[in-house]
Amino acid sequence: MVDLDSQKMEDFKGRQKYCLIILGVAFFLLIAHLWYLQTLRGSEFRRISENNCIRIREHPADRGLLMDRRGRVLAQNRPCFEVYLIPEDLKRYPEVVGQMTQLLNLDQDKIEEKIRGAKRRAPFKPVRIKPDIEWGELALLESNRVYLPGLLVDVRPKRTYNYGAIASHLIGYLGEVDEDDLRQTKEAPYRMGAMIGKYGIEYQWETDLRGVDGGQQVEVDALGREIRPIRSVESFPGNNLILTIDLDLQNKAEEAYQDKNGALIAMDPRNGRILAMVSKPSFDPDLFARTISPEEWKSLMENPFHPLQNKGIQGQYPPGSVFKIITTLAGLESGNLTPDTQFYCAGAYPYGNRDFRCWKEGGHGMISLRRALVESCDIYFYQAGLKIGVDTIAHYAKEFGLGRKTGISLPHEKAGIVPSSSWKKKRFGVPWYSGETLSFAVGQGYMNATPIQLVTFLSAVANGGKIFLPQVVERVENIFGKTLKEYPPVETGRARVSEKFLHFVQDALMGAVNEPHGTGNASALKDIKVAGKTGTAQVVRMAQDFKKGDTQRMPLKFRDHAWFAAFAPVEDPRIAVIVLAEHGGFGAAAAAPIAKQVFEKYFEQEASAPSRVATTSGVTNHDD
Amino acid sequence: MMIDRRLLIHFDWTLLAVAVLIASIGILNLYSISASGETSGTAFYLKQFSWLLIGLLIMIVVAFVEYRYYYDFAYLIHGVTLFLLVVVMAFGMITSGAQRWIRIGSLSFQPSEFVKISLIIALAKFFESPPSRAGFTLKDLPVPFLLLVIPMGLILKQPDLGTAIILFLILLSILLFVKIRWSSLLILGLTGASILPLFWGFLKEYQKKRIYTFFDPNLDPLGSGYHIIQSKIAVGSGGIFGKGFMKGTQCKLGFLPEQQTDFIFSVLAEEWGLIGSLLVISLYLILILWGLRIAVTAKDRFGAILAFGVVAMLFWHVFINVGMVVGMMPVVGIPLPLLSYGGSFMVSTLMGVGLLLNVSMRRYLF
Repeated sequence: MVDLDSQKMEDFKGRQKYCLIILGVAFFLLIAHLWYLQTLRGSEFRRISENNCIRIREHPADRGLLMDRRGRVLAQNRPCFEVYLIPEDLKRYPEVVGQMTQLLNLDQDKIEEKIRGAKRRAPFKPVRIKPDIEWGELALLESNRVYLPGLLVDVRPKRTYNYGAIASHLIGYLGEVDEDDLRQTKEAPYRMGAMIGKYGIEYQWETDLRGVDGGQQVEVDALGREIRPIRSVESFPGNNLILTIDLDLQNKAEEAYQDKNGALIAMDPRNGRILAMVSKPSFDPDLFARTISPEEWKSLMENPFHPLQNKGIQGQYPPGSVFKIITTLAGLESGNLTPDTQFYCAGAYPYGNRDFRCWKEGGHGMISLRRALVESCDIYFYQAGLKIGVDTIAHYAKEFGLGRKTGISLPHEKAGIVPSSSWKKKRFGVPWYSGETLSFAVGQGYMNATPIQLVTFLSAVANGGKIFLPQVVERVENIFGKTLKEYPPVETGRARVSEKFLHFVQDALMGAVNEPHGTGNASALKDIKVAGKTGTAQVVRMAQDFKKGDTQRMPLKFRDHAWFAAFAPVEDPRIAVIVLAEHGGFGAAAAAPIAKQVFEKYFEQEASAPSRVATTSGVTNHDD
Repeated sequence: MMIDRRLLIHFDWTLLAVAVLIASIGILNLYSISASGETSGTAFYLKQFSWLLIGLLIMIVVAFVEYRYYYDFAYLIHGVTLFLLVVVMAFGMITSGAQRWIRIGSLSFQPSEFVKISLIIALAKFFESPPSRAGFTLKDLPVPFLLLVIPMGLILKQPDLGTAIILFLILLSILLFVKIRWSSLLILGLTGASILPLFWGFLKEYQKKRIYTFFDPNLDPLGSGYHIIQSKIAVGSGGIFGKGFMKGTQCKLGFLPEQQTDFIFSVLAEEWGLIGSLLVISLYLILILWGLRIAVTAKDRFGAILAFGVVAMLFWHVFINVGMVVGMMPVVGIPLPLLSYGGSFMVSTLMGVGLLLNVSMRRYLF
């Protein structure tokens, strides 16, 4: 064993020679390099290090602008002035701190705390005293500059939103990059402290908007004072986005809400472009552009009406009577209903051990399909639903894109729920009860949809069945105005429903707005034919002895949500609107007037300046 | 455990002395940095000093455990460190964009550092049985390849390119040392060259950029190009005699990135000049040559490969780090043994030294 081992060890002795050669070469290279740097070029580097030291100064790029479809700027950048002090200079001129407290209205303690707090700071590196000062303060500082050695004012671009909270959910907001962003963006082009899109369009189009940051090597002397710039990389501004929304229409819609909460989306049914997108309550995106204070953050987070949520795409609600459109089409297509099918409404419909009631006390009497849609008779649709069956209704709901994401390019879109017998079996492990079909037929119960799904579906009803991808950005331009990207309309599917039944529904919806006893009368316009459907989404099931007048006495959070879904003009629909008034009560009263104001604004604008006729050519089909 | 008195007689004091000397220079050097800025918390040099003491203790333990035990438990040891790596993936802390640390109480450590040691032990065990005649062939290599690739993948994911490179170089060096057939080596080289583009795809954008920038520092004057230039200025400005202890300006004005870890040598070169740098480089050379001698005079194959693995690890660390600081190599995060700040690294290096001591003092015992 011993002999064997030592014999094998001989191999290693042979290897030693090669190892020594490699070591020799490697260490020779290192020593030669050191020799070259420290003796041959030593004095040169010594001079550089003593006289001309180089530091980096960053120039963040201007973020791209956001504009509405007519080129009005919604989000831009403004110069923001930040005040710095150089602590080393303050040692010689301690009185400067006192003067600064007067000029900037700051506590002396706070300034001193900031200076002391900047530990592990390179000598002569300025410390930020106050971010984003007012013009008046800047003027004061500049005029007193001679008396303020050690003061430095730096300017950097800051995001600003020209119309405050208008379309805040659509536009989104910025925030400082965090570890998550750094990991997601993979390459590491963001420096710590840089701003990045966190929500809405600012998030989704981040790569287009951000531009290329620049910077500069600046020579400083051995004490760290800046002498002159050396090499620099120019920053290049980000690309501009032209959105599909119209500022005036958006404004009108936001105004119409007054102090109500909810969501509104207006869409062009010919191409899926979003003309206005409101979610209430809104927030001021400027809060996020500067550093948001803990109190402000807390109040946003704890607000019971979820101001940070874009309810248009994130809120899921029972669609209520708006869903009767689907039940109607499902009945007609499957042959279970004809336009002449009649049912009797006595005001209440006993089923199982429960009374299902119509919204109209006393009932509608004998009523036909068209009138049932116009007057939104619940009992008609309970009976129709039982006849059609849950899975057929679910099938047609899915035909119109409910129950799946529309694919809009905004973060956090929800998919909603279209219940069916197999869905319930899978979800709860129990079979579907026929009593649940009654609720489903009038859009209550498990059925859930987002406003964006409903407006997409409504557009399909208006345009003959085409499901368009909702789009919020029309095109991307560089700063020279050259178009870089365009977003043509995309048809993501087509509801297989025959033309004549769609016409029947369109006509009935027009009746709901324009005929006596129609539920949507509150949205009727003088010259233009509007078609629409009201809806009421139950928040809690009503008590059996509930009376209509009780609504006003109910606590706000238990009141029903009001819906109104409408398009106009009926002959050639150019705008479809969905309105949700949270806890608004009855749909006709709360939501329809809001839609009316939006229609008025739209057609008033169209009359004064006929906008470009949107082309339907170049429609991309992608059936799925 | 009884310590054989004969072990003490053969204890390798020279090796220990060289290692401690280098570490002491390191602490002086860190003191120079810490003293310059207004630091918060415990200064680097003090923390490093306590790590040195902890490391020396662990080193003694590592040195006196009969190394046959390492042979017996080699794969288990490697397995445990790999498990820790997985734990890092799942629960590790993130600092400056990488997930490398495990925290236990107030102590945090970096398992990837210990993978280097466990890989050496595992490889030594595998290659302990000698090859047929002309050396190891490709058929013999799947196991060592697996021993390397699993930790390397996990470490690249963190991401820590530097440590992954070191692991790879350790395997390569050991392969050459235990004799691999030239034909097999050629095939390995060719497949390596063809896989390289694939590996390139795995690199993060900033890592690629660093490598481009190595070839042309002007490509990124605000990022890693700046680091290379600043490091060269620091080293060069030291001249022959240096600016003197605590008189360096480059690091104090905040020009050097990672000055206490990856770029520690430029601080030393700036303050102590060519004379100081040559002294430290010579100490490393002595350490490595001494280790090499231990390897070739070891009493058995396992000990020899174990010692050689440690020598290879030390050599590649020194060569790549100093090469990077003088602008000879691209900026990859590989620290300098015993000089760079860092607890786990200090301990893992001293564990390596412990293995050398271990093999060294047992070569006369049969």
